[in-house]
Amino acid sequence: MDTEITLRVDGADHRLTVDTRTTVLDALRERLGNTSPKKGCDHGQCGACTVLLDGQRANSCLALAVAHDGAEIVTAAGLATDGELHPMQRSFITHDAFQCGYCTPGQIVSAVAMLQEAAAGWPSAVTFHPADGTDGGADAGPVDLAADPDEIRERMSGNLCRCAAYANMVPAIQEVARS
Amino acid sequence: MRPFRYERATDPSSAVALLARSPQAAFLGGGTNLVDLMKLDVARPELLVDVRGVTSRAIEELPDGGVRIGAGVSNSDLAADPLIRRRYPVVAQAVLTGASTQLRNLATVGGNLLQRTRCVYFQDVSTACNKREPGAGCSAIEGHNRDLAILGVSPDCIATHPSDLAVALAAMDAMVRTIGPDGSRTIPLTELHRLPGSEPQHDNVLTHGELITAVDLPPLAFAGRSYYRKIRDRASYAFALVSVAAAIDLADGQVRDVRIALGGVAHKPWRATRAEDLLRGGPATEDRLRRAAEAELADAQPQADNAFKIPLARNAIVRTVLDLVEVAR
Repeated sequence: MDTEITLRVDGADHRLTVDTRTTVLDALRERLGNTSPKKGCDHGQCGACTVLLDGQRANSCLALAVAHDGAEIVTAAGLATDGELHPMQRSFITHDAFQCGYCTPGQIVSAVAMLQEAAAGWPSAVTFHPADGTDGGADAGPVDLAADPDEIRERMSGNLCRCAAYANMVPAIQEVARS
Repeated sequence: MRPFRYERATDPSSAVALLARSPQAAFLGGGTNLVDLMKLDVARPELLVDVRGVTSRAIEELPDGGVRIGAGVSNSDLAADPLIRRRYPVVAQAVLTGASTQLRNLATVGGNLLQRTRCVYFQDVSTACNKREPGAGCSAIEGHNRDLAILGVSPDCIATHPSDLAVALAAMDAMVRTIGPDGSRTIPLTELHRLPGSEPQHDNVLTHGELITAVDLPPLAFAGRSYYRKIRDRASYAFALVSVAAAIDLADGQVRDVRIALGGVAHKPWRATRAEDLLRGGPATEDRLRRAAEAELADAQPQADNAFKIPLARNAIVRTVLDLVEVAR
């Protein structure tokens, strides 16, 4: 069942015909040649396929392309501007925050989105403590990720790393969160 | 994945009509569970009717002091909403213990309530499963059942309902608003999902084509102090072995009212009414809490691998309510 859709990927518009079964991930990789998002589990469990979908991080393997006609997508490849790496990309390199690199584009997109979410005051499961009155600081405003590695670990838990490079990812993200 | 047609509904009644015409059609929300089940060949819809554009994405205060959550609100937006966090923190907490941010950004409130069990046999079409194929048998009862139900089980199915949100909503007496081929209705959240009985293929009481449009949280002053504790095999991004949603209203050290619901133990979010009844009118002591929890779990029917859930649920109830009692001091 073919359908014509448009996707704006890393700033460029693409018009393509997709079978209704095509996921955003497969459209990006197989149709548009953007292999930055990776296919890990293909079931929404590993986060290797993470992209920004209309500004929010999402598992592109579970998003049907036909349901996201007209969407604006940013992949890890699109985070760089004018040949300059995004600060999160630079920080991952500086901190040696990867080993094989397969999960890295997803980790980086996820980390960039996480900073936006924390700035918007989004709580995480570890933001709530019964001793603090249980509302997770509903009026506290932005969440300081740099000060709390547990917040980073919780918020990044949707991105798995089989090499277990987590130990260096946390300081890599903290450094960008501080600046 | 099998081929299917895709249609984007323009309003709730046309979405309902599209489904009513097609017995093999399904509503598509965020798709985080449905698309996965289609990849696994567990779900085989011939038509997907996308309802993300037709159900409300608003969270609004009701005249009676309650809050209405549109069925199209994303799980992330629900958990971040200041009104929800202040008045019903247990709801925000429950949502945030489920899945990952990537999934919560896609997933809707309506879809969260209608997600299917994560019983491994249900998700594996090479095994027998009465929920997937009525009459085929249950592989879990004699198989790996560590994660599965201890309350309200049947000889045909011991699946659990996986939603954290539903557990918190059950504790808050939420009401589910729907529109279907026979018109609109409002269903108490505690009656939305059903026990498996001899028809485990039916997770809930909705008819084919019935669409959840909103969830109403009634006013509950003491819900401002509420907590969701989820116990699982890893600290994050895993389904509950046992979870507890609780809120307590204390006056002069006595329990004036209390709400307790359990997740990970049954085919539906399990409202612990027996424990609640035993707790009202007396002090919230550890001893009374333990006895109330034990009474709630007295009818538990564990399988070979999940008897540990009985003391785990008991202790989780006691600890969660005691934490709230501490906050109240």
